[in-house]
Amino acid sequence: MSVIPTNPSPPSAPGTDVVKAKKGLYGDEDNYITHGKGILSWLLTIDHKRIGLMYMVCVLAAFFIGGIFAIALRTELIWPGQTLMPWAEANTNWKLYNQLFSVHGAVMVFMFIIPAIPAILGNFALPIMLGAKDVAFPRLNLLSWYCYVGGSLFFLWILTGGVVGTLFGLENMPWYFPKGIDTGWTFYTPYSTDTNTGVILATMGVFVLGFASILTGVNFIATIHMLRPRNMGWDRLPLMLWSLYATSVIQILATPVLAITMLLLLAERVLGIGVFDPAKGGDPVLYQHFFWFYSHPAVYIMILPAMGVISEVISVFSRKHIFGYSFIAASSLAIALFGFIVWGHHMFTSGQSPLLNSVFSLLTMSVAVPSAVKVFNWLATMYNGKIRLDTPMIYALGFIWLFTIGGLTGLPLAALSTDIHYHDTYFVVAHFHYVMVGSTLFGFLAGMYYWWPKMTGKMYNEKAGQIWAWMVFAGFNLTFFIQFIAGSLGAPRRYADYDPRFWKYHFISTLGSYVLMIGLFGVLYNWVSSWRSGKKAPANPWGANTLEWHTPSPPPHANFEDGHEPEGVPPYDYDGWDYVSEEEGYVRKEGYVYQGH
Amino acid sequence: MSTAHSDHDHPAHLAHHFETSAQQMESGKLGMWVFLATEILMFGGLFCAYAVYRANNPDVFLFAHRALDTTWGAINTAVLLASSFTMAWGVRAAQLGQKKLLIGLLIATLFGGAGFMLIKTVEYKAKWDHALFVGPSNAYYHDNGTLADPGEAAHSSEYIEKHGDTDGGHGGHGDDHGAGHGDAHAAGHGDSHAGDHGGDHGAQADAPAPAASKIAAPAAPPTGLHADLLTHKRPVLGAGESLSTGIGAIQASHKGSHYPAFTELDPLNTNRTHIFFQIYFAMTGLHGLHVLIGLGLISWICYRAGGPMTRALLVPGLFVSVGIYFVFVWWLVSANSGWFPTTALVAAVLCLIAGALWGAKNVALTKPNPDADSEFSPGYYTPVDCVGLYWHLVDLIWIFLFPLLYLIH
Ligand code: HEM
Ligand SMILES: [Cu+2]
Repeated sequence: MSVIPTNPSPPSAPGTDVVKAKKGLYGDEDNYITHGKGILSWLLTIDHKRIGLMYMVCVLAAFFIGGIFAIALRTELIWPGQTLMPWAEANTNWKLYNQLFSVHGAVMVFMFIIPAIPAILGNFALPIMLGAKDVAFPRLNLLSWYCYVGGSLFFLWILTGGVVGTLFGLENMPWYFPKGIDTGWTFYTPYSTDTNTGVILATMGVFVLGFASILTGVNFIATIHMLRPRNMGWDRLPLMLWSLYATSVIQILATPVLAITMLLLLAERVLGIGVFDPAKGGDPVLYQHFFWFYSHPAVYIMILPAMGVISEVISVFSRKHIFGYSFIAASSLAIALFGFIVWGHHMFTSGQSPLLNSVFSLLTMSVAVPSAVKVFNWLATMYNGKIRLDTPMIYALGFIWLFTIGGLTGLPLAALSTDIHYHDTYFVVAHFHYVMVGSTLFGFLAGMYYWWPKMTGKMYNEKAGQIWAWMVFAGFNLTFFIQFIAGSLGAPRRYADYDPRFWKYHFISTLGSYVLMIGLFGVLYNWVSSWRSGKKAPANPWGANTLEWHTPSPPPHANFEDGHEPEGVPPYDYDGWDYVSEEEGYVRKEGYVYQGH
Repeated sequence: MSTAHSDHDHPAHLAHHFETSAQQMESGKLGMWVFLATEILMFGGLFCAYAVYRANNPDVFLFAHRALDTTWGAINTAVLLASSFTMAWGVRAAQLGQKKLLIGLLIATLFGGAGFMLIKTVEYKAKWDHALFVGPSNAYYHDNGTLADPGEAAHSSEYIEKHGDTDGGHGGHGDDHGAGHGDAHAAGHGDSHAGDHGGDHGAQADAPAPAASKIAAPAAPPTGLHADLLTHKRPVLGAGESLSTGIGAIQASHKGSHYPAFTELDPLNTNRTHIFFQIYFAMTGLHGLHVLIGLGLISWICYRAGGPMTRALLVPGLFVSVGIYFVFVWWLVSANSGWFPTTALVAAVLCLIAGALWGAKNVALTKPNPDADSEFSPGYYTPVDCVGLYWHLVDLIWIFLFPLLYLIH
C-alpha cells in the first residue's frame, strides 16, 4: 500500500464498490472507504478497517440465515402437532425440525456469535484504539476472513442440500451433498457417527472456521503486545482491549482442541477409526469432554468481548471514569482462566463420576464471582453519573439486566441436584439465550451503534434507534423469559412436538420471536438508511477519550491524519472534551493536560 | 510486507505499520510462539485420548505397541533431531549473514525431513502388510463386539508377538521374556481349546477353528466378545486376577513376561486393541502432515534465501525428490497386487520428467542477477527464525510420540 496522498484524490471510477461507497456518499472525502476503488480493492485489502467491514457483511448474512431458521423453529412450535408442513407425514416434520435446530445452532454459534464482536468491531477498532496503523499481521487478518468465508461455504452447502432434500422428499443423499444436518450444534457421538446427514462437511466447516478464529486471536495478542503507542502501558489499555485480549487467549487455547475433536470425528466418519464409537470399543463420553473443553470456554469467547463493549459504553454514557478499572481488567483474565476448568457442568448426566460432578459444580459456581465483579463495577460507574440514554446505552443497560438474569440462572444449572431436573429442558434454552442473545447480541448491538459513526462516518437516526432497541428488548424477553417457566415445569428441549399443556408457553414464546425479528429488521433498516442518507458524523459524537475518537469519522486509510502521532491517553478521562453544538460533537480542549482523577 | 515507502527511510522488508525492524521481528516471533501454543494444544487433545485409553486398557498398549518397529523409530528420532540441529544452525547462519551456509543447512534439513518421511513410509508399509492399518484395515477391527475377521487377527497377533521379540529396541530383555512368552502362548492355546472355544465362537461358524480359538481369553469367564461387555466400565476380571494395574500386577498376570499375548487380553481389551492402532495412526499421521508442511515451509525459506541458481533449481529439485520418493514407494510395494504399485510408478515417472525438464529450462534461462539475491540479512531473518521454531516443534512432538508409542513397558 502506498502512503496516503495529502491531497484528497477525486473519485473517478464509476461506483463499483461493494459496500455502499457509491460516488456521492462521501463526496470528495478521502477516507478508508473511498481509498481504493473496485471490488478487488476490497477482496485483496489488508486494511483492518475494510476487513472489519467485510466481516460485518458476512457475519450479518450468517445472522440472517440463522434467524430464518429460528423463526421456522418457533413457528413449528406455535401449536402442538405438525405446523410447518401440515400436508406432509408427521415424520417429515419431525426430521425437518431436527435439521432446523441443528443448522440454527451451528450457524449462530460458529458463524455469528463467535466472530461477531471480535471480527467486526475488534478488527475495526482494536488497532485504532492502540493508535496503530494496522494489526500486527495484516495479511493473516485477510486470510482469517477467507477462512471464515471458506468455512461458511461448507454450511451453505449443507443447507442447500437440506433445502433440496426437503423440497423433493429425498432421503439418503450422498455425503458430499447431504440432506442438512441433524445432530444439534454439539455433534454428539455416537449419533453423529451414524446419521447420514452432513456431519463430514460440518466438521470440515467448523475446522476451517476455527482457523479464522485462531488467526484473529494470534493477531490481536501480538498487536496488543507489540503495537501499543508511547504512553500506553497496560494500565491505560481500554477495557475493550483487555477483554479482547482475554478472548484471544481463550481462542488460542481452546479452539485447537475443537480442531482436533473435529479431525477425530472426521476420521471416525471417513476412516471409521471408532475412537468415539462405543460399538467399536470407543468412548463417547471422551467426545463430550473434548467438545465441552472447547465449547465452554467458547461461551466466554462470546461473552467477554461484549463485556468489553459494555465497559466502554457504560463509562462514556455516564460521563464518568470507569469504576474499578483494574478489577474489570483482571476479572476478564480470571473468567478466561476459570472458563477452562468448568466444562464438566455440561456432563452432569453423562455418567461421569460423582466426585467429578461435585468438583465441576463447585468450580462452575466460582465463575459467577468475576462475572458479578463486572456487574457491580458497571453499576458503581453509573452511580452519580450524568447518564445519557442514547441507543448504545440502552443496549448496555439491557445487557446488564439480561446478563444478570442469564448468569443467575446458570447457578441452578450448576447445582447438581437442580440440574438433574433442568438438564435438557427449556430452562437451559432460556439460560443460554439470555447469555448469548440477551447479553452477547445486546453487547454487539451496543457496540455497533457506538462505533457506527466511526465506521461509516454517518450518524444513525437516534429516535428510531431507541424505538427499535426497546422493541428488541421487549421481543427478547417475551420470547425467552417464559421458557424458564416452561422448563421448570419440565418441557424438554429439542422436540418438535409437545404435550398440549405447554401450549401457551410456546405460543407466547413464538409471538415474542416475531416481535424480536421485527425489531432486528428495524435495526438493520436504521443502519442501512443512515449509511445511505444519514448526517455526517463528527469525529467524536460521544465525548469518549479512547484513541479512535481522536481521528476523523470515518478514519483515513492510515487511521490517523498525517503527522498525528497518537500517544496513550487515560481512556476514561472525559475532562478534555467540550461539546460544540455546531459540530454536534465533542472537540478537544486546547492545551488540555490530564490532572489525574 | 515488502512495500516501498517514500516518506520514511524504511528498509524494504519493514511493513508500513511497524516502526522498527526490531519491533517487526519481535511481533513475528511472538505471533509464532502463540501459534505454536495452538499446535501443542491440538496435539494435546490426541495425547489426552491416548492417556485415557492407555489408563483404561494398559494391557492393550503393552500388547499392541510391539507391532511398532523400535529400531526404525529410534533411527527416525535421530534423523529428526539431526535436522533440528541443522535448522538451528541455519538460523544462526542467517543471523550472521552466511548466505551459502544457510542454504546448505536448509537443504540438509530438507533431507532430514524427507528421510523421516521415507522411514515412516517403510513403517506404515509394514503395518499395511500385516493388517495393522488404520480404520477397518486393521485385523482387530470390529463393530458390535465381534472381530470382523478372527483369522486375520490371529495372523497379526502372531506377527506382533514374534516381531516384538526380535525387534532391536527390546534386545536387552528379548531373550528372557521371549522364553516366558512362548510358554504363555502355548498355555493360552491349550486352555482356550479346552474350555471356552465352543461357547465363545460357536456363532462364527465360518471362522477357521484354530484361529478363532486364539481369540478366547483363557482367564476370562466364558462370555467372549459380546456387545453387552461394551457397557462395562472396567475390564472383566478372571478368577484370581486383581484389579491392580501396576506393572508388577500386569507382569504377574502375564506369566512372567513383560507383555501380554493377544490371547491373554480380557474381552473388553480385545475389543479395544484396534483403538491403539487408530490412535497411533492419528498421532503419527497428524505429525507426518506437520512434517510435510514443515518441508514446504523450509523450501519456501530456502527459495527466498537463495540466489538465482538456487531459485532456478529449487522447485524442479522438489519435483525430482518427490519422484524419487515415489520410485521408492513403488519398490516397496512392487510385490503387492492391485492398482497401487502402477500408480506409484506412473507418479514417479511423471514427477521425474517434469522436474528434469523444468530444471533444464530454468538453468538454461537463468542469468546471474545480483538483484535477485537472498532476501535475508542479519537485519531481517524473521521468517527463517519462525520456520525454525516450527520445525523444532515438529521435532519436539515426535520426541514425545516416540516413547509413548514405541517404548511402552
Ligand atoms: C455466569 C455463569 C454461568 C453459569 C454458572 C453457567 C452454567 C451453565 C450450566 C451448568 C449449563 C449446563 C446446563 C445443562 O445442560 O444441564 C449451561 C449451559 C449453557 N450455557 Fe451457561 N453458565 C454461565 C454463563 C454462560 C454464558 C456467559 C454463556 C454464553 C455466552 C453460556 C452459554 C451456555 C450454553 C450455550 C449452554 C447450553 C449448551 C447446550 O447444551 O447446547 N453460559 N450453563
Ligand atoms: Cu458451560
